[in-house]
Amino acid sequence: MTTLQPPAAAGPRTAGPPPPARRARRSWKGWGFMGPFAIVFALVFLAPLAYSVYLSLFRTQLIGGTHFVGLDNYQQALQDGRFWEGVTRVGLFLLVQVPIMLGLALLVALAIDSGRLYGKDFFRITVFLPYAVPAVVATLMWGFMYGTRYGLVGDINSAFGVKLPELLSPDLVLASIGNIVTWEFVGYNMLIFYAALRVVPHALYEAAEIDGAGQLRVITAIKLPAIRGALVIATIFSIIGSFQLFNEPAILQKLAPNAITTDFTPNYYTYSLSFSGQQQNYSATVAIVMGVITMVVAYVVQLRGMRKGA
Amino acid sequence: MPKHSRRLLRGTGLVCALALGAAACGGSGSGSGSGDKKVSASDVQAALKKGGTITVWAWDSTVKDVAAQFEKKYPKVHVDVVNAGTGNDQYKALSNAISAKKGVPDVAQVEYYAIGQYALTKGLTDLGAYGAGKLKADYTTGPWNSVSDGDSVWGLPMDSGPMALFYNKKVFDKYKITVPTTWDDYLKAARKLHKANPKMYITGDVGDAGLTTSLLWQAGSHPYTVDGTTVGINFDDAGAKKYTDVWQKLIDEKLLASITPWTDDWYKGLGDGTIATLPTGAWMPNNFVTGVKQASGDWRVADLPQWTKGANASAENGGSSLAVPALGQHKNKALAYAFAKYSAAGAGVQTRLGEGAFPATVKDLDSPKFLNTKFAYFGGQQANKIFAKSAKNVKPGWSYLPYQVYANSIFNDTVGKAYVSGIKLSAGLKSWQDASVKYGKDQGFTVK
Repeated sequence: MTTLQPPAAAGPRTAGPPPPARRARRSWKGWGFMGPFAIVFALVFLAPLAYSVYLSLFRTQLIGGTHFVGLDNYQQALQDGRFWEGVTRVGLFLLVQVPIMLGLALLVALAIDSGRLYGKDFFRITVFLPYAVPAVVATLMWGFMYGTRYGLVGDINSAFGVKLPELLSPDLVLASIGNIVTWEFVGYNMLIFYAALRVVPHALYEAAEIDGAGQLRVITAIKLPAIRGALVIATIFSIIGSFQLFNEPAILQKLAPNAITTDFTPNYYTYSLSFSGQQQNYSATVAIVMGVITMVVAYVVQLRGMRKGA
Repeated sequence: MPKHSRRLLRGTGLVCALALGAAACGGSGSGSGSGDKKVSASDVQAALKKGGTITVWAWDSTVKDVAAQFEKKYPKVHVDVVNAGTGNDQYKALSNAISAKKGVPDVAQVEYYAIGQYALTKGLTDLGAYGAGKLKADYTTGPWNSVSDGDSVWGLPMDSGPMALFYNKKVFDKYKITVPTTWDDYLKAARKLHKANPKMYITGDVGDAGLTTSLLWQAGSHPYTVDGTTVGINFDDAGAKKYTDVWQKLIDEKLLASITPWTDDWYKGLGDGTIATLPTGAWMPNNFVTGVKQASGDWRVADLPQWTKGANASAENGGSSLAVPALGQHKNKALAYAFAKYSAAGAGVQTRLGEGAFPATVKDLDSPKFLNTKFAYFGGQQANKIFAKSAKNVKPGWSYLPYQVYANSIFNDTVGKAYVSGIKLSAGLKSWQDASVKYGKDQGFTVK
């Protein structure tokens, strides 16, 4: 209960060890301040999680109804080939798409920050603009361009008599989704990096110049270390985003029903399980397992990122 | 106002419960979970007189007009028609509403293949208690068997889908292709057409569970056997082989346009000759009239090609019933039943026929007026004669899985692979079978 002491007792925010727990006389005054927050927190954050965990311990069958199965669903999920296939797919997506996207974003941010760019405001807005387009709209738009029959690809094929690869075929569809996601989020990540770059004191650059450092040296020795925190944050966001991949495949599924299966990504799998298969319990289990995986990966990245940054 | 009266109703219910005098509160089936006790015709009449609101989920465009007519006839009744998506999309919504016990429609359009699943999970009201059993003689055998089980009736057939081959005569004439009477001829026609014009395909198919099961049905395959909660699934029979032999060639030789049905591309393709034929159910004409206007006069209807030369086998494709969900949000089942009956067996049928629907009612199927109807869209052809003949030739003995809705939702995960990679169609069917068996076991069925 020490964490719920009245704010006055919390003292100044320090990184040091917490003050020794002191058995204060029970005072309910603090709860008056804490209460509203605690209630909303419990209802909005804890209750849904608890409910999912609760759901995951049962199984509802068309024949036989609902009964308690303990951890059976978890055992099933851990051995579920369809689930792991999806995890592998988003894992691959993460390894390929995230570095490309963050690399591009960093490049753009550095270019804008260099001050040597003509019309940098226009450039910045334009790169950021795709982020303002709802993912659903963006995907529909790209899906239309990918179309080999009436889409842009189809038009190019017939206009120039070439045969571009089918972007919605099973082999390429993941890359095509990666392209959409990159287009959507380069601007967003660029903005994070750019904002971090703006707060680097200019005196450092001047000092570097006096020391005879070139632009490249300034970037590697000053700018990148200075925005390491932003890099780590953007990476973590991207990891979570990759693992939660849903909108793009769900919408492209209508255009490429055979390339995008109902278990294409873990999130899409949970959606199919609960909305087509009426297996809400198992769906909750898969969601929890995926949540844990995401947390672990994100945490490892954060630990590593921060250690280097120390 | 309606809110007010509903509160009043609930109050009455409470009073009844307190009084413990159930007999005194017979009511007109306004109770929700009161089992399926008998509801007489006069109760239904009383509900109509009293009025109220019901919500109907249907994607069939003719239902709206029937509802308007119904409201005109019974001024106190308000019918709210909602298009909650076509087929599988609506079932997703319906299943969710049922499991949430909230927002469930009072009447829902449910296709024949899906009826079993909802009946089994007690999602629907047994209309037998409302005297629906008496309507048996009004309907053709196939649709009636799909909605009934002994004395239980889970929905009223609103249309049926005996199959026929729709073909673009203009395209056929231009490339001198004769209308195929067997599926082997169909394959030859596909080759000839695509060779003559590489932009044109015999049909568009990216893997459609409904089409595949219907063609298997026509070929005499019996992949599903259902006996209560015991099901058998087997795609390895002679009928299925006939189908895979022909369709595999269509896929391998790239003779099928990869255009997903019901998309804009598909309608465009039907209009500009990209898709030259369409083997489908007799409910299709209205979709042509409204969706493919530019090709009016180009298309004709022919008998479905045969797997065996000289045979006359047919199958159903699609076809829907109007069902009354058990947990309808307005808790007015008598009224819901009255609407379903009006639309599927009463005056509503004529309205729907006028708009191109295909009946499941014997009387209309046999009526000269119906049979002699000339379709301007099909160049004045009396297409109903072909459909009616097909309806009589539907092969008996077919059944769907009690969880066909789910099975169809994973069709493209399994069989669909055959359309886009080196996997054979027969192997695709096998993995569909395996996935369906697994789901059946998970759901507590005994799977043979």
